[in-house]
Amino acid sequence: MLLQQLLNGLVVGGVYALFAVGFNLIFGVQRFLNLAHGAVFMTGAFVAYYTVEAGGPLVLGFLAAVVSAGLLSVLIEIVCFRRLRKSGDAEFGAILSSMGASLVIMTVWQWISQTQVVRFPFDTVPVVIFRFWGLRVSLLQVIMIVAAVVIVMIMAWFIYRTSFGRQVRAVTDNEKAAMLVGVNPNRTYNMTYFISGALAGAAGVLVGLAFNNINYMMGEPYLLFGFAIIILGGLGSIPGALLASLIFGMVQTLSIAYLPSGLTTAFIFSAMFLILLVKPTGLMGREEAGSLRGRR
Amino acid sequence: MLDISDLEVHYDGIHALRGVSLNVGTGEVVALIGPNGAGKSTLINAVSGLVPAASGAIRVGNDDLTRFKPWTVSAKGVLQVPEGRQVFSEMTVLENLQLGATALHGRPRDAGVEDVFELFPILEERSSQLAGSLSGGQQQMLAIGRALMGSPKLLLLDEPSLGLAPVVISQVFAALKKLKEQGMTILLIEQNATLALELSNRAYILDQGRIVLSGDSADLAADEGVVAHYLGVDAEE
Ligand SMILES: Nc1ncnc2c1ncn2[C@@H]1O[C@H](COP(=O)(O)OP(=O)(O)O)[C@@H](O)[C@H]1O
Ligand SMILES: [Mg+2]
Repeated sequence: MLLQQLLNGLVVGGVYALFAVGFNLIFGVQRFLNLAHGAVFMTGAFVAYYTVEAGGPLVLGFLAAVVSAGLLSVLIEIVCFRRLRKSGDAEFGAILSSMGASLVIMTVWQWISQTQVVRFPFDTVPVVIFRFWGLRVSLLQVIMIVAAVVIVMIMAWFIYRTSFGRQVRAVTDNEKAAMLVGVNPNRTYNMTYFISGALAGAAGVLVGLAFNNINYMMGEPYLLFGFAIIILGGLGSIPGALLASLIFGMVQTLSIAYLPSGLTTAFIFSAMFLILLVKPTGLMGREEAGSLRGRR
Repeated sequence: MLDISDLEVHYDGIHALRGVSLNVGTGEVVALIGPNGAGKSTLINAVSGLVPAASGAIRVGNDDLTRFKPWTVSAKGVLQVPEGRQVFSEMTVLENLQLGATALHGRPRDAGVEDVFELFPILEERSSQLAGSLSGGQQQMLAIGRALMGSPKLLLLDEPSLGLAPVVISQVFAALKKLKEQGMTILLIEQNATLALELSNRAYILDQGRIVLSGDSADLAADEGVVAHYLGVDAEE
């Protein structure tokens, strides 16, 4: 039934949004594609899993995941990007160095998990099904959508409504002028990477719960989807990433439900190419990719 | 207020400043005039911490700014209005001004948004527009207003007349004159010598990284031949 599928699609789209918005935030601020973003996401899932495994409540696991993924992301900026950025034209270098970081992080978790798939204990989230208007919604789905909406809203409030967010946008807009008005760009970069990583970590936990499958490779398909989403939404545009994530979630769920299996990914990417044919800068992107737009 | 001595700055292979000494007293407006490529922007960028000084000293109060980062220089109240305005074009006029207040870093506030709007009423009309959509003159006003939001003890202006129509230039300079009357300490960089000498108390002429002439602005203005010699056609404009 269509409405049920759309609802499921919304849940999936919400998780994609957590992943893609953080990915695009870094692109918007520094024009770097952080290919370690999938590894940060996976780190979030593992940290939550090991916290719960050690007897901690899920909420604690979630917080630990968000914080450690955020810090890992800050570390990636310092180790992989900071020196490159000072050397000037560094987009290509950033791709290689973040790819390297991704491999290192994956290897560490492969070693810790001994290449095993791990699963949250049964009943980490109680199986409760709500029914209304003929729809079925599980407690886990409710948690996913609420977490996604709340986290994205907090992030948007931070970037567009606080003075620190204003500084982040100023550095994006004109780093030299930002320094001249007293902004320390390194601090805003640290904060941006923390937010980006925290969002990815949150997404990792939710995906780990939803599919009950946590492994050291789980970030890779999301990195690919993240790519597609930010290109579809418009490079650097946060509202664009949100919109594209929801579209992706819906299209994916619908095509799984109504198309022969195996065609899903092909269908999603074909849909993306079609949209790009009509609007090459993406849904909300512009000619000059990669600036965080201010509010009017 | 500002005391620069024997300042040397090198870019890769270019010796941009060759032992420049210059000072600006509290409440003074000092002009730094010179042709394109003389090293004027390099000098205030060294003060602002944007380019490193190879040697020499840049003293403001008890601090030597030569090792300061740009954001710590502005925290001291030394604020630059950069060449080419450099407004935050993707942000609104109001947000640009609010960002200017970042430079306060806890120092007391002398001017608020209302004061900037009083000096440049057009900015109030445009306050919710993106700065990038403003005309060049309005962007210059915004860049000056943004610096004022940080309560400058010393205002460094880099070619505020650059690329503006004569009418707009006189509006901008009328505002600078008001600031001067309020007692603001200003180092003004200009290629337009006539304008700069009119506004300033004293002036230095910089050529190829060296101060070649300095004195009271009125004296230099009277001696047009000398100024023209260093500036070419600009002095006659
Ligand atoms: N970032 C830079 N890298 C290399 N050379 C520079 C740089 N900025 C300025 N220069 C050179 O330094 C000299 C002085 O430039 P500048 O200070 O901009 O002069 P002005 O502001 O008086 O026009 C010029 O020869 C210019 O080409
Ligand atoms: Mg210059």
